[in-house]
Amino acid sequence: MQSTSFDAIVVGSGISGGWAAKELTEKGLRVLLLERGRNVEHIKDYVNATKGPWEYLHRGGRTTAMEEAYQVLRRDVLNEKNLAFWVNEKESPYTEVKRFDWYRGYQVGGRSLMWGRQSYRWSDFDFEANAKEGIAVDWPIRYNELAPWYDHVERHAGISGSREGLPQLPDGQFLPAMPFNCGEELLAGRLKDAFDGKRRMIIGRVANATKALEGRSACKYRNACWLGCPYGAYFSTQSSTLPAAAKTGKLTLKPWSIVTEVLLDKKHKRATGVRVLDAVTEQTTEYTAKVIFLCASTLNSTWLLMRSATDVWPGGLGSSSGELGHNLMDHHFRAGAEGFLEGLDDKYYFGRRPNGIYVPRYRNLFGDKRDYLRGFGYQGSASRDGWMRAVKELGIGATFKDEASTPGPWKFGATAFGEMLPNHANVAGLDHERKDKWGLPVLKIDCATGENERLMRKDMINDMAEMLEQTGAKDVSTYDSGYFPGMGIHEMGTARMGRDPKTSVLNAHNQVWDAPNVFVTDGSSMTSSACQNPSLTYMALTARAADFAVQELNRRNL
Amino acid sequence: MTSETGQLRLVSRREAIRRVSALLGGAAFIGGNRLLAAVENASPLVEGSVGEFTAADIAFLDEIAETILPETKTPGAKAAKTGAFMALMVTESYWPAEQRIFREGMRKIDEAMKKAKDVTFMQATPAQRLALLTALDREQVRVMDARDAAERREKGLAPRPAAAPAAKADQNLPDDPNNDLPVVGVRAVGEVPKKPAHYFRMMKELAMLGYFTSEIGYTKVMRYAEVPGRFDPCLPYTPGDPAWADHA
Repeated sequence: MQSTSFDAIVVGSGISGGWAAKELTEKGLRVLLLERGRNVEHIKDYVNATKGPWEYLHRGGRTTAMEEAYQVLRRDVLNEKNLAFWVNEKESPYTEVKRFDWYRGYQVGGRSLMWGRQSYRWSDFDFEANAKEGIAVDWPIRYNELAPWYDHVERHAGISGSREGLPQLPDGQFLPAMPFNCGEELLAGRLKDAFDGKRRMIIGRVANATKALEGRSACKYRNACWLGCPYGAYFSTQSSTLPAAAKTGKLTLKPWSIVTEVLLDKKHKRATGVRVLDAVTEQTTEYTAKVIFLCASTLNSTWLLMRSATDVWPGGLGSSSGELGHNLMDHHFRAGAEGFLEGLDDKYYFGRRPNGIYVPRYRNLFGDKRDYLRGFGYQGSASRDGWMRAVKELGIGATFKDEASTPGPWKFGATAFGEMLPNHANVAGLDHERKDKWGLPVLKIDCATGENERLMRKDMINDMAEMLEQTGAKDVSTYDSGYFPGMGIHEMGTARMGRDPKTSVLNAHNQVWDAPNVFVTDGSSMTSSACQNPSLTYMALTARAADFAVQELNRRNL
Repeated sequence: MTSETGQLRLVSRREAIRRVSALLGGAAFIGGNRLLAAVENASPLVEGSVGEFTAADIAFLDEIAETILPETKTPGAKAAKTGAFMALMVTESYWPAEQRIFREGMRKIDEAMKKAKDVTFMQATPAQRLALLTALDREQVRVMDARDAAERREKGLAPRPAAAPAAKADQNLPDDPNNDLPVVGVRAVGEVPKKPAHYFRMMKELAMLGYFTSEIGYTKVMRYAEVPGRFDPCLPYTPGDPAWADHA
């Protein structure tokens, strides 16, 4: 019979859960890694990874049947190529008080299989902002406490990037940077001159290996990452953390395992284990462990806490502060500008670089002062237009066709990713009126952007137009494709870290104040959102918390 | 056709899809059974989305596509089975309101050809087809550009700096013919309603999508490296050389 007793249980196998499993097993713990969805085996289950683009019936597009079945996914990322990696919305619905786009991946590896891979450190401008501005609560940690853990996770995950010495975007342990193409090279140089070094364009820092790592090939520049990489060239649970954890011989991975609640010893205020509902057989099993890591993703870890220990705290485990479920954040984006580059018609590139450029934040830093708080960074790229440019152009026939078959003009486009302030009113809670396929009350989400984001958005659009005009781009046009919370797929908060159990759910080591052997280390724990892509910070927080948990176990404090 | 029972319509639709799948060739054939299942399951959900494109319809769409993308030094749209792809996409990926406009567009093209040259579109010479579709292309660019400009005004964005020069000509073409149509498909709260495009924009878009994303498009019209293995950021380019195809 299989054991139901472990040293540690990790709930969720995405970016955070994979790291928790790796760190805890490597430190000698016997770990049960629970995943609510199916197993996805590395390489073998990347069924579309080597398909020719022409082999898809709808050439990767969407059908009306897909749009009916995926009412949330259809708002942005719905496509035929990697549909199997996105959640079945009919089985797992949620309630939107206001529109909130929640794009989920319920399988081993979670969204580490489809993520955008941009990996940036946060800085003390981010960790100190709440305290300095009197927003929400102070982060209980500073950059120097996280820096060694950024080092640690970057070395294993494989982050390629350039060292720039920017205080707002600290350098890390980088693999060789991918190069700019000739259009970006030109703009980056001109931008530095035009803004006196205050605004910079750097190559994206991305979790694609630019040289081989253990068990992983170097990037082959196919840019088909989100189908799963047969070379293991980008960081995912499958390519990176899962094999490391499995190598210890101390890992048990159980797919199809929905954790319905965390079990609590009321007297000692310690978790004893979890109750698991088998998603296929619907049988229930209880597993015990000394420590529990919740890494089920922002909102999902909180959802689980809300279902746990309700006989002690009606709002669930971690609700004593009144902040569980609150302060939901994301990054607002889909706003920026584009323009054409001249003088490069005799230049081209080869290979599909799975990465773009980054313009680190410059607003409200180094003496700049705007009518809003915080700032934004830009992500974009220069490229020669493809055949699609010609759809909107006038013309049909032989010349039109031959012209459309050749590379078009050089174009540069970028969108900003803006910080969203934490706001108590942005909240998720249980909807007792509505159940999912397994009878669990679904989450009800009520979240909106505010005045700060609205004001920032003007700069997000106009600044890029200004930068393009000042660097000599032609026919510059701005755009705002519209944004609703969740679209960034950078959802954060709802179980924030803090210094005071009265105003936060987690302490400085990601322990639930109300049950210190329960750790929440995914995006739920974030106290503010910064404007950098957050996954690298989840990795670092998870590795740091795992190290602390093992120390505390050894000190017999847990 | 109106006398057909639901059962007969279903059978004939399945038959139509089977033909389309066969026309699309070997790779798609594997997906054919899956497609049949999907279409059957979808039928109660999407009322009126039954697109019955006959072999004659597909031949008609092939000639539309071939007129837009004729054989030159590279194969034309017909060689890439673009008509069958267009029929499949209209059947599977267009909402009923869009399907109606597309089908209506096919009829309008035939009528316009009869009026102008007293022949059907299929009977017309390639030059006659090109002349008619070129006029329709001017119309759709003007309509769609005007719509884009109106949407930008609504959003408070500045006008695009360079409107397509020819789109400014033909000031006396009709206004957007789709102004009164219902919005397309399902949509989320706060989502901007999508109006169906001008029918010739639909045809041009589907023809180009079908052609350039076909195996011929990827490997004979453009250049395609399945595994580039490296990234060369800045290489000399000689005008006329085909593009490197994207893939993601």
